[in-house]
Amino acid sequence: MTTVLATRSLVKRFGGLAATNDVTLDVQRGARHALIGPNGAGKTTLINLLTGVLEPTSGTISLDGADITKLASHLRVRRGVVRTFQINQLFNTLTPLSSLALAVSVHRKTSTRWWRSLGSDAGVAAECEQLLGRFRLGDVMDQPVHSLAYGKRRLLEIALALACQPRVLLLDEPVAGVPEGERQEIFETINALPADVSILLIEHDMDLVFNFARTVTVLVNGAVFAEGDVQSVSQDPRVKAVYLGEDDVT
Amino acid sequence: MSIAPAALSPAARSLAGYARWRWWELALFAALPLSWLLLPGHALLLKDIAILALFAVSLDLILGYAGIVSLGHAAFFGFGAYAAALFAKEVLPDPIVGLVVAVAASSLLGLATSVLILRGTDLTRLMVTLGVASILYELANKLDWLTGGADGLTGVVIGPITVPFSALAGFEFDLNGRVAYAYTLVVLIVVLLIARRLVYSPFGASLQALRDNRLRAASIGLSVPLRLIAVYTIAGGVAGAAGALLAQTSGFASLDLFDFHRSAEVMLVLVIGGTGYLYGGIFGAIAFKLLHDLISAWTPQYWNFWIGLFLVVLVLVGRERFIRPWTWFGKGARP
Amino acid sequence: MLTLLFDGVAYGMLMFILAVGLAVTLGLMNFINLAHGAFAMAGGYITVLLMNRAGVPFLVCLPLAFLGTALLGAVLERTLYRPMYARSHLDQVMFSIGLVLMAVTAVDYVVGSMQQNIHLPDWLQGRLPFAAVGIGKYRLFIIVTCAVLTIALQWVLSRTRFGSRLRAAVDDPRVAGGLGLDVNRIFLLTFAVGSGLAGLGGALGAEVLGLDPTFPLKFMIYFLIVVAVGGTTTITGPLLAALLLGIADVAGKYYVPKLGAFIVYSLMIALLLWRPQGLFARMGAR
Repeated sequence: MTTVLATRSLVKRFGGLAATNDVTLDVQRGARHALIGPNGAGKTTLINLLTGVLEPTSGTISLDGADITKLASHLRVRRGVVRTFQINQLFNTLTPLSSLALAVSVHRKTSTRWWRSLGSDAGVAAECEQLLGRFRLGDVMDQPVHSLAYGKRRLLEIALALACQPRVLLLDEPVAGVPEGERQEIFETINALPADVSILLIEHDMDLVFNFARTVTVLVNGAVFAEGDVQSVSQDPRVKAVYLGEDDVT
Repeated sequence: MSIAPAALSPAARSLAGYARWRWWELALFAALPLSWLLLPGHALLLKDIAILALFAVSLDLILGYAGIVSLGHAAFFGFGAYAAALFAKEVLPDPIVGLVVAVAASSLLGLATSVLILRGTDLTRLMVTLGVASILYELANKLDWLTGGADGLTGVVIGPITVPFSALAGFEFDLNGRVAYAYTLVVLIVVLLIARRLVYSPFGASLQALRDNRLRAASIGLSVPLRLIAVYTIAGGVAGAAGALLAQTSGFASLDLFDFHRSAEVMLVLVIGGTGYLYGGIFGAIAFKLLHDLISAWTPQYWNFWIGLFLVVLVLVGRERFIRPWTWFGKGARP
Repeated sequence: MLTLLFDGVAYGMLMFILAVGLAVTLGLMNFINLAHGAFAMAGGYITVLLMNRAGVPFLVCLPLAFLGTALLGAVLERTLYRPMYARSHLDQVMFSIGLVLMAVTAVDYVVGSMQQNIHLPDWLQGRLPFAAVGIGKYRLFIIVTCAVLTIALQWVLSRTRFGSRLRAAVDDPRVAGGLGLDVNRIFLLTFAVGSGLAGLGGALGAEVLGLDPTFPLKFMIYFLIVVAVGGTTTITGPLLAALLLGIADVAGKYYVPKLGAFIVYSLMIALLLWRPQGLFARMGAR
């Protein structure tokens, strides 16, 4: 097992508050790694640090062994570290098709083309068709994003990340706000991702976590509280006490 | 691509049509030279409208497409005007060379000041752009040995337009303004054609993406600062072209070209015409000039009041509803 | 040199009182109100009219200017401004520019474009003996009045319930609303007080800055500088920014008159480059 994304003693302080407190984390290649913890545990902050949206107070982040602590956010994306947002962050006046086409053209290195139209690269169209099909956005592909239903927008949120051809995919509560019936479908799409894509996922729905994850890290008050495979973490009495509460979990 | 249409997937078909010409665009581009042919008596007025339109299109690039709210866009307009005027006066009266020089100069100004608009809030950007325009105003005022100071730069004589590498005789600027209007129109059309390719390209799409959601734009791998710098430089150049055209066709440059009311006026033009679809500057310039002439004929002294009122109503009601008067008193209509 | 400092501080304190309403409006409602200067102008004209036409004493005019402008602000907030809070900054800018144009031309039409003069009461004219040159009494009056107002503002913000509600609403209007705070009322009161302070500043400043219908346009950039450089999350930020602006402007005009306002603009740009969110903004400020 090789480590693809790692942090060492990562700390992020806001004034006196340590939102991320000495976190050392390893994401393995091909991981199906869940990050869980009570609200306010610092999970999104950690993702923000990993993607470069926030600068750490101290500690390091490395990708394939190379230090990326100071690397700009968009450059991390180019190296394959891609994330989705808990609250949809979409391009509201664009269409799903043009949003995806743009993301695809970034990794195809044609995003700085200024003379030929967005639609002129045949490869872009092919990839978009694939993504639209996989996420069932084909029928709304030409509608402005702000007019789409929430479920479709959530799908686009994830499709947009996949359009970047991630090697490491960081999903922040991918099914937040999505009705029960559709959650399974989204997770199946995520599950169907190639085995060598490493996935770190923040999630509250325990059924989905246990169906999907092989490794679990529990974050409490910004620090790593427990870590291990799904079975051992779910049986850990300390974890149950602080997070899972009194409920029995399968 | 020479694949038969039936073989294209829906996405491919939609993308292939992404930059297609709409009928009204073609009509607009046809109308421009037609106006020169059919309205010779109004050439001077039309020329002023065309210059204003060009200025507004340049603002659309940064405001409508990249989402940068600037209160100092006149900085480039004035800079281009003075550059062209000084070039004609001190170096060479050839208008086309002067235009190229002015565009280059204001593009450089755009490049230099683009670093100022990269960070901070909308208010920061407003202040910084306002500050730059104000500084240029002060500079033009104080460096009066160069710019003529408060009196403006006069005595600018522009030579005939000579088309390079051709045997065509030069086109002298005539008193009716027909040559001036033709010259302005050509520049406007060329800029529009180039801008059109720009906004439909991946670069143009990335501008709109960063306008809509800067965070997500970076999160799909787009370098936001570089794009902002690029579009601000281009917009500076185009605004400089508009200023140069004004200086060249009117024969002088003055301080008020840098003034706040110019920046506010071009913004108003764009708000009237609509942002983000490239032609708002043209429709807005036409509407604005008509409005201006109408109201000034009636009450020249208090034009500002009525335009202020117009602005307040336009914004309150919202542009979409404003141009559809039948929706003004509809139920629950929101702008 | 001392006189310069003194004048700069007076000018700066005046700028602060004039601009503080704008800072709070921006921080609270996220509304860029370029028409803020019109309220200052209103306060100045109320004072002039009361003094010259009705013989009201200067000191009485000051609170009246405050109240009159506050009332005007309250009415406008409720009717015109409130629907604009959710709109884009471009719309807000255009809207407030429209309002300013209307205000400026309306005043010009009604009162004429000449500069208005205020006859200060005798006890405020002249100088107090101090060091070699003496201190202008009126400028001292301005400093004292503005200082008192600033302390009062700070006290209201940190010691009263309204103050904590206001701070909560500035931090996060949605959460504040969810906690049962009447956000609309807070907005209304704040806008009214902010406009009132601007009016008071206009009344105080009429003698020093000059009062004519172009006042809002002339000084708009200064108010905006105070707010942009000072940030919108604290009171001390704009205060320090205003003092800096006042001193820089006065010193600049004295030592390097050729450059004039150039210094202020360049300083502002430099400061905004260094701290784009304003000198004293917290992280996450808008």
